[in-house]
Amino acid sequence: MKARNGAEWVVLLRQVAETQDTNAFTALFQHFAPRVKAFLVKSGADQTMAEEVAQEVMVTVWNKAAQFDPSRASVATWIFTIARNRRIDMLRRDRRPEPEELFWGPEEEPDQLQVLTLQQESDQLIAAIAELPEKQRIMIERAYFSDLSHSEIAEETGLPLGTIKSRIRLALDRLRHSLS
Amino acid sequence: MITHHLSDKLLMAYSAGSLPEAFNLAVATHIALCDECRARLASFDAIGGAMLEQAQDEGIALEQGALAATLARIKTTPPVAKPSPRRVPQGVLPEPLASYVGGDLDAIRWRNVGGGVRQAILPTSKAATARMLYIPAGKAVPDHGHNGLEMTLVLQGAFADATARFGRGDIEIADEDLDHQPIAEPGEDCICLAVTDAPLKFRAFLPRIAQPFLRI
Repeated sequence: MKARNGAEWVVLLRQVAETQDTNAFTALFQHFAPRVKAFLVKSGADQTMAEEVAQEVMVTVWNKAAQFDPSRASVATWIFTIARNRRIDMLRRDRRPEPEELFWGPEEEPDQLQVLTLQQESDQLIAAIAELPEKQRIMIERAYFSDLSHSEIAEETGLPLGTIKSRIRLALDRLRHSLS
Repeated sequence: MITHHLSDKLLMAYSAGSLPEAFNLAVATHIALCDECRARLASFDAIGGAMLEQAQDEGIALEQGALAATLARIKTTPPVAKPSPRRVPQGVLPEPLASYVGGDLDAIRWRNVGGGVRQAILPTSKAATARMLYIPAGKAVPDHGHNGLEMTLVLQGAFADATARFGRGDIEIADEDLDHQPIAEPGEDCICLAVTDAPLKFRAFLPRIAQPFLRI
């Protein structure tokens, strides 16, 4: 199967949102559903539960496709947040209240250049993490697979997040402006 | 203007979903007020997305027919409409704090802890405690022990200690090493959300309540 980049996933998810395109959904499913299942198993779920929840996560991807904002997240990041939230319910972890979400108004759409750049930066972040020293990469993996408590996470993460953070900040400023 | 923010460590733990509920509440409420930390959180979520991308494992495969089963479930689930954009709420307490309190400031059921200071414990898991604190203008935060981690988020008014001033939206992250005596600024009464992961006892319950809270 051909590897797709972040911008291509955005197009496929938009097709799901706008035309309920089953072929686009199938491509998303074949890439992300096995990863969601593996993420859940590595986070402590058994195989049966992980299978069930991976399917539920993909149902949510279909249902909430219109809420995805490609100026602030990659498709992988958005699906990660859905899987993380379901994992908390499934494993009966501590509740995780969220800040009120900000949505684009009906007349406003994210800026296309902003979307493209954010998606490219997300691809670059994946590459950058792959090149981190192994010890540091394992610490991050353990943190996200819910294997470290907050006091065990290193104070200095050493992650190259400055660029992507600034990009998302610009999108938020534009969104705030459109809402006010 | 918010000048005191969340640490990378807390943002990563919140993104990973491994914090106690009371800490999640403080982190989420700060982010509701702070777009800088909202953007930082989104960058930590992007790390989570990268972890998902590389989570695939040869030994963990989907069951046969998983796609067909999922498509069958989709047919029976109605799609969710795009939510309408919400305006900035008018109250003092943003979400998710307002839901925990059950409304805005007037919904809080305060209890006196002495010296004009009041508190209200919020319902969270026992792993950590969340409380609203009401400190009259010009008064000191009651003397209390710092055993573990304490986060204090200002929602109204301001307090200052020897290190800095904290106004609306600012969050102070204190561990056992920090010895401080926060005092509410004159003018407006100060209202905070304070969360701790260790039991916390106010000495002000003692009859020596008239004593100043200073313990130097």
